[in-house]
Amino acid sequence: MNRVKTIIKKEWAEVFKNRMVLFTIIFIPLVFAALPLIMLGVGGAFEVDDFTSEMPEQFTQMCGAGLTGGECFQVYMVSQFMLLFMLTPLIIPINIAAYSIVGEKTNRSLEPLLATPITTTELLIGKNLAAVIPAVLATWGGFLIYVVGSAIIVKSVDVMRALLDPMWLMAVILLGPLLAILSVNFAIMVSSRVTDPRAAEQISAVIILPVLLIFFAQIAGLFFINSTLILFMAIALLIIDSIMVYLAVRMFQRESILTRWK
Amino acid sequence: MITTENLTKEFNTTLAVDRLTLDVKEGEVFGFLGPNGAGKTTTIRMLISLISPTNGTATVNGFRLGQEDKEIRRTAGILTEAPGLYENLSAQYNLEIYANLNEIKDPKGQVEKYLRMLGLWDRRHDEAGTFSKGMKQKLALSRALLHEPKILFLDEPTAALDPESARLVRDFIAELSKEGRTIFLCTHNLDEADRLCDRIGVFKTHLLVVDSPARMRTQVFGRKVVFHLTRVDEMLANELGELSFVHEAKVVDNKLVLSLDDPEVHNPEIIRLLVGQGAEIQFVGELRRSLEDVYLQLVQNS
Repeated sequence: MNRVKTIIKKEWAEVFKNRMVLFTIIFIPLVFAALPLIMLGVGGAFEVDDFTSEMPEQFTQMCGAGLTGGECFQVYMVSQFMLLFMLTPLIIPINIAAYSIVGEKTNRSLEPLLATPITTTELLIGKNLAAVIPAVLATWGGFLIYVVGSAIIVKSVDVMRALLDPMWLMAVILLGPLLAILSVNFAIMVSSRVTDPRAAEQISAVIILPVLLIFFAQIAGLFFINSTLILFMAIALLIIDSIMVYLAVRMFQRESILTRWK
Repeated sequence: MITTENLTKEFNTTLAVDRLTLDVKEGEVFGFLGPNGAGKTTTIRMLISLISPTNGTATVNGFRLGQEDKEIRRTAGILTEAPGLYENLSAQYNLEIYANLNEIKDPKGQVEKYLRMLGLWDRRHDEAGTFSKGMKQKLALSRALLHEPKILFLDEPTAALDPESARLVRDFIAELSKEGRTIFLCTHNLDEADRLCDRIGVFKTHLLVVDSPARMRTQVFGRKVVFHLTRVDEMLANELGELSFVHEAKVVDNKLVLSLDDPEVHNPEIIRLLVGQGAEIQFVGELRRSLEDVYLQLVQNS
């Protein structure tokens, strides 16, 4: 455990000196928290009640009887942006993990590191946690800003209740860490195969595509995120994460990495 | 301390190390010489259990390779060819990371000890990336020593260093040897190997020869004695060449060069003969071949 802690501290000491990584960790959650808040502000400014005709029928049914048409539209617009909170735990670890693994390559620091009694599992747990923890904290931090901001902006208790639906809390609290683990291990796998940090980041960024697809599918009205879907996603992610961790450990072969990395 | 038997490493179709059988004794400085791509780094990587051999066995500090790898890494230190430092972290923090990974009891104290020993204490808060090559190498050497390893693998420790830094590192290696540590030194610097090593192994995928530098010279070139005379002629050389213990006698650059088995025994007799012949001897010395000559002869003939 001490060795894992040492790796985490080392990663943070190194990675947070990189301004680009630091910028990503701070800037992305702020932007993703600001977007739904802006939508709330803009939506609340409209006086007209009949916005329901602009929304898909499925959504108006979900709105329930407590909300007016305008309030329902406010909730609808914000719901579109809630998925952004699921992008945060995917984007941040890509930066950290890609930098930390390929950074070892470019510094040629992996050989002396592996010559210590550290095991591959300890090393990868350390690297995983070093990337997952800031990503999850940044996601939760961003969500907290959104909650506080919406409490200030939104006047209606019903709208507030709809915005703080347990479904979204579950999505952010449960899916956030699972998505971060997925992203980190994908980045580790990619970084184990490429030698350029930028290439590692660009290839690893592919991992955000599924969430983007869900985002656009919801905007297009193809389907709407609900509690069942989130629960299903959590179970699927748990399975995928287990496979990804297994593959990342398998692909992080000391021997091939030492002899292939130039 | 280090024993290998038929240690072999193949990468796909490339044979990197071929049946290496070696015995490095405790406290010995063993030089491992060979051209680029000879398999020296691969050998070191196998011996510190970073990569596994395709065939053969080895024990390092009494621990079996492939079975007690963690113990091997716990009791051996390595200075890799590139320092591999965390360049944007301070020198002190670089070492503290390794002190913690090696689970040293007093990490701060041990880090201070080596930073002071290698003259880096005053720069301990500076980022490693701001150091000169020599300082980086010293920091990497400190890192290799933090856990007080009994065996030290040094891969090109003075490569790319200026003469002053190289000398500092060399002197430090000599000090480590005096402390009784076993040192496995990979180097291209033959002068360095000559000065530091008790024994040398010349390696080119397989081991060509292992011996002390002095004996290696004798084995490859024999022993030659040079007699500086005021006047020398071929007749005199031919006459001496007739003697049973003289293998070869020739005149080179107006000097008489004799190839002898045992100069300590035969020199007095030769001197008597020369004086008897009326020769005036100015100076007598042994013709020393450099280790480079020996190395090139061995590698080129392999």
